Amino acid sequence: MLQQAFNGLVGGAFYALLALGLAVIFGMLGVVNFAHGAFYMLGAFGAYILLSSFGVNFWVALIAVPLVLGLLGVLLERLLIRRLVQLDPLYNFLLTFGISLILQDLVRRQYGVQSQPYPRPSELSGSLNLGLFTYPAYQVFVLVVAVLVCAGAWVVLTRTRVGMIVRAATERPELTRALGIDVARWVTPVFGFGIALAGLAGVLAAPMRAVNPLMGGDLIIIVFAVVVIGGLGSIFGSVTAAFGIGLITALGNLYLPTISQTLVFILMAAVLLWRPAGLFGREEALT
Amino acid sequence: MILSRLAARPLLLALGLVAVLALPWLVYPPVAMDIVCWALFAIAVDLLLGFTGLLSFGHAAFWGSSAYVSGLIALHSGLPFPLAVLGGAAFAAVLAVPIGLLSVRLNGIYFAMVTLAFAQMVYFVVNQWRDLTGGENGLQGVPRELFGMDLSDPFIFYYVGLPLILLGMLVAWRIVRSPFGRVLVSIRDNPARAQALGYPVERYKLLAFVLSAALSGLAGGVFAISHGFASLHDVYWTTSGQAVMMVVLGGIGTLWGGTIGAALIVLLNDYLATAGFQEIGIVTGSIFVIIVLVFRRGVWGTARDLVQARVAARRRTTTRLRTAEE
Repeated sequence: MLQQAFNGLVGGAFYALLALGLAVIFGMLGVVNFAHGAFYMLGAFGAYILLSSFGVNFWVALIAVPLVLGLLGVLLERLLIRRLVQLDPLYNFLLTFGISLILQDLVRRQYGVQSQPYPRPSELSGSLNLGLFTYPAYQVFVLVVAVLVCAGAWVVLTRTRVGMIVRAATERPELTRALGIDVARWVTPVFGFGIALAGLAGVLAAPMRAVNPLMGGDLIIIVFAVVVIGGLGSIFGSVTAAFGIGLITALGNLYLPTISQTLVFILMAAVLLWRPAGLFGREEALT
Repeated sequence: MILSRLAARPLLLALGLVAVLALPWLVYPPVAMDIVCWALFAIAVDLLLGFTGLLSFGHAAFWGSSAYVSGLIALHSGLPFPLAVLGGAAFAAVLAVPIGLLSVRLNGIYFAMVTLAFAQMVYFVVNQWRDLTGGENGLQGVPRELFGMDLSDPFIFYYVGLPLILLGMLVAWRIVRSPFGRVLVSIRDNPARAQALGYPVERYKLLAFVLSAALSGLAGGVFAISHGFASLHDVYWTTSGQAVMMVVLGGIGTLWGGTIGAALIVLLNDYLATAGFQEIGIVTGSIFVIIVLVFRRGVWGTARDLVQARVAARRRTTTRLRTAEE
């Protein structure tokens, strides 16, 4: 059971990286990025292409792919998203939905729907003895990276000026602007950062999950549910909910295997019934 | 001029009816059936998006669950297929009650995300309930017959299935033009004021959601029977997205625009599939991105604006002439 709980935390690590990116983007731009799952998929394919075509190993991909995707995100924000930010946020939701269809099918055209193999990096191919049980070293690595990234983001958000601006802009956008802070300057970098996180999650997923064009679409909907549970306006809530949901679904998998896939949505329904704004959300954010 | 404006509506209606009746002569009959089914689906989605201001990204749950329920009824009970389809639509409406109750408390983007998530839940349930739904193989062998009459010819089935679709469209049109529909529009434009005027906003939204789900179910049921099977694709999120795409392409809040959007997308999909191009998302996604960026009124909306601008211009010239005569 402990092992299953650990599996849950590893699963939650992916939710957390994606939810964190979604939450900061939503906070700064008021945009729910449907294409987040597609960028996660591109991250995994980026690692795969680097290895299979150029012989570039996992460690380089881990740095390079998020950087390239982050730049792609910057372009996307500058060229397309920005044009619609003044309108109803639904238009950007629709725009990014269209973009995710394009990205998904572009990759499908090139690589088909079957999964591509990606080996574990040799340094992490063994198992670690965690005292109570042994566990694949790679999964431990994923969890450590995700926790470090989330902790790093937390430090940046709470201890630096940039973080203060992002938090202020997330919670009270009008007031932040009224105080003379140039929120717009941070919009593009934050968007790029969010996309880079999705890319990072994708690279991390490549050695342990099936690398195929459809891997992002299903995952992003679960992450939406996670973010709704945590509270869409709340960065902290999203990340906490991500690990929590990972844990609960893994334990659900153990005890109630028939409903394990639907468990996250049942939880979402329960949270909506009890607190429509999510566990850590504010009611006023709903309108 | 007043005469011409009065004549415009019946004329458009007659043109639309002729087009619908002639459709299976113009295009391959199964494609014609797909067009009218998706048209009703798009109209149902527009009822929420355009007239209530709620973007549901989870209507595949209603279209798809009705496809399965209609198929199951037709397969196991031997009831005439229109009853099976009505059963499917009723199921979609019932399913919409809990989903709607939880979702209508949220607005805008939250509503879209939550409906999407609930639809995915329905997808997982359908996928897992293999004994009933056939899982990944889909529900196969749904009969196409009525009172022992064989309707497997798509050309004939089109005309037998069409009345159900037209019934759905008529209902949607009546809803939009009813006092209830006017309240929905006022909720879309200013929910706080509607609430202040004493309208129970959430109950109105819920009713609109359930009605929209029932109409989507009607369309999905006819769709499943016409194909003779229901598949997981019917409950998948891309199906919800495609319906929204049709509405935006036709024009949000135009009701009939969805039919144009449905026709264009179904024909495009069919053309690409025939040409052996499997990755349709590249094309439809690009079109969608362009529409959202620069053509947000959609085909119908743009056409209507052009006509209204011309009418207004003509009215200005006639008044100017009249004042000149005086």
